[in-house]
Amino acid sequence: MSPAITLAAGEASEHRPLIITLFAVFVAVTLVITIWAGRQTKDAADFYAGGRQFTGFQNGLAVSGDYMSAASFLGIAGAIALFGYDGFLYSIGFLVAWLVALLLVAEPLRNSGRYTMGDVLAYRMRQRPVRTAAGTSTIVVSIFYLLAQMAGAGVLVSLLLGITSDGGKIGIVALVGVLMIVYVTIGGMKGTTWVQMVKAVLLIAGALLLTFMVLAKFNFNLSDLLGKAADNSGKGSAFLEPGLKYGATGTSKLDFLSLGIALVLGTAGLPHILIRFYTVPTAKAARKSVLWAIGLIGAFYLMTLALGFGAAALIKPDEIIASNKSGNTAAPLLALHLGGVDSNWGAVLLATISAVAFATILAVVAGLTLASSSSFAHDIYANVIKKGQATEKQEINAARWATVGIGAVSVVLGALARDLNVAGLVALAFAVAASANLPTILYSLFWKRFTTAGALWSIYGGLVTAVGLVLFSPVVSGKETSMFPSVDFHWFPLENPGIISIPVGFLLGIVGTLLSKEVPDAAKYAELEVRSLTGTGAH
Amino acid sequence: MATETPPPSNTQTPQPSGEEFAEVQQSPEFAELRHSHRSFAFPLTFAFIAWYLLYVLLSNYADDFMGTKVVGNINVALVLGLAQFLTTFLIAWWYARHAAAKLDPKAEAIKSRMEGGA
Repeated sequence: MSPAITLAAGEASEHRPLIITLFAVFVAVTLVITIWAGRQTKDAADFYAGGRQFTGFQNGLAVSGDYMSAASFLGIAGAIALFGYDGFLYSIGFLVAWLVALLLVAEPLRNSGRYTMGDVLAYRMRQRPVRTAAGTSTIVVSIFYLLAQMAGAGVLVSLLLGITSDGGKIGIVALVGVLMIVYVTIGGMKGTTWVQMVKAVLLIAGALLLTFMVLAKFNFNLSDLLGKAADNSGKGSAFLEPGLKYGATGTSKLDFLSLGIALVLGTAGLPHILIRFYTVPTAKAARKSVLWAIGLIGAFYLMTLALGFGAAALIKPDEIIASNKSGNTAAPLLALHLGGVDSNWGAVLLATISAVAFATILAVVAGLTLASSSSFAHDIYANVIKKGQATEKQEINAARWATVGIGAVSVVLGALARDLNVAGLVALAFAVAASANLPTILYSLFWKRFTTAGALWSIYGGLVTAVGLVLFSPVVSGKETSMFPSVDFHWFPLENPGIISIPVGFLLGIVGTLLSKEVPDAAKYAELEVRSLTGTGAH
Repeated sequence: MATETPPPSNTQTPQPSGEEFAEVQQSPEFAELRHSHRSFAFPLTFAFIAWYLLYVLLSNYADDFMGTKVVGNINVALVLGLAQFLTTFLIAWWYARHAAAKLDPKAEAIKSRMEGGA
């Protein structure tokens, strides 16, 4: 065990009551919110869409809360701390991606859907096959994303409580699983939305505090901060230039491009983000949510730049790597160092930032679980299995049981993924979303000729290509940092499949449509087009 | 298809009939609304994705250029990265302005006519 971890754990164990108190306070507050929201959750619109009564600003805050996951906070700060400039690409891709949602997706989706992404995908198609496909891809994307959050939770707790045994980490992942099941089954969308808002405020406040402290150390001179980061990293000015992580070979450069494409096209296909737009009453409010989200998320990513370079400037790179191979603990370590490694203040700051990160993970995990269980209940159970004959009560019950199932699956997978970089894992979720969901969303809304066959080819084709390439990539096997380092069955050289799977998803939508003899339903398209642009008859 | 589920209907919001939707879709007002949206959103989407990809490609294949120092330790790569933030904020603001001026009034006119008449 490295001195840093011993130190952090030593400090932490002295302050363990404080850390546990902070965690417990957050959990208690959110549980109260959840129970309060649960009492007000009466029908399906309450459970799935929080009664559609949130304002644009409230939902903007909640969207930011859902989006600024452990990947943004721990993963990006860590990637910048270890690889300098290359970590910054994540922030840029994650942010620019919101424009796709703003210009093309958020408002039409709000106008024409009801509870799930599948509502829009299946709108003018044959319901059962397309809803099955939409439900499947919603659950797969959400589970990839969940995995990343679970990995982050394990990492945090091992740093904080000095738990390094596998049993202890798995125990914590299980605790997160239980909490998320409680949030979602009791509080539904209303409870989850309030939890997101609380978390967003905490996260932004925590990041502001650390950013201020980092910049104050360098007299608010950005150039000095960068210079010190470059020196301390041992890489010199290369640390401030692109290429440290991805510039080594032609293959790694291609990986960088692949990642870049996945990031910018992924956001508008993420089901847990899309269903947030149903919590506001109108498309205008949905637009306002995105505008707030762009402002808040943009500001937050600018701060992670300071946090990442701050960690690089103030902490020895060996110490960061020793604490977590992928750099996921750089932000909490930075808090410890800013407060003073040997001081109480350092430990207090470490505990606070870790509690914020923990809150972040819990909230995002709840949002993801809600998205996948909603889709299971509304798309697969109510519309496919029950053929539209389920009562609202049966549907919500199905969602609650699905929550328990998805919670269990993600605990098991999260335990397996605990050493992977959190931001890298989330990038995979983005690649799957951009390959399987985005093409069908765009074609459904804007391409008159698009058919059921096109939708199925695109969703399943994109999904299978993206997940298949990940399975045979170095993420899963063949490298020291892989999920299964001891075996090697990888043949796909890139970690991110986007550069292949996204064009495949888009192309298959066209090919499937052109090859099918199916006549597109012109009347349904007229209805969808008018609804999506005007909001006529919106729920 | 007898087994297919009918689209969700809601008793609270008046739902116009299929003929009404088809009629509105063919109307010049709606064509104008669609044009105002597409002619703004589509080219702009291509433009910002191209600008973003240019940035990614420069990061990948133009190391020397990106590493050029501008002021102190701040290099071209950082400036271009921050420029991506700036253009994102600007495009968001521009779209909000366009939507409020050009899309919302047209959309609301059609919506209130359809829901009022249903």
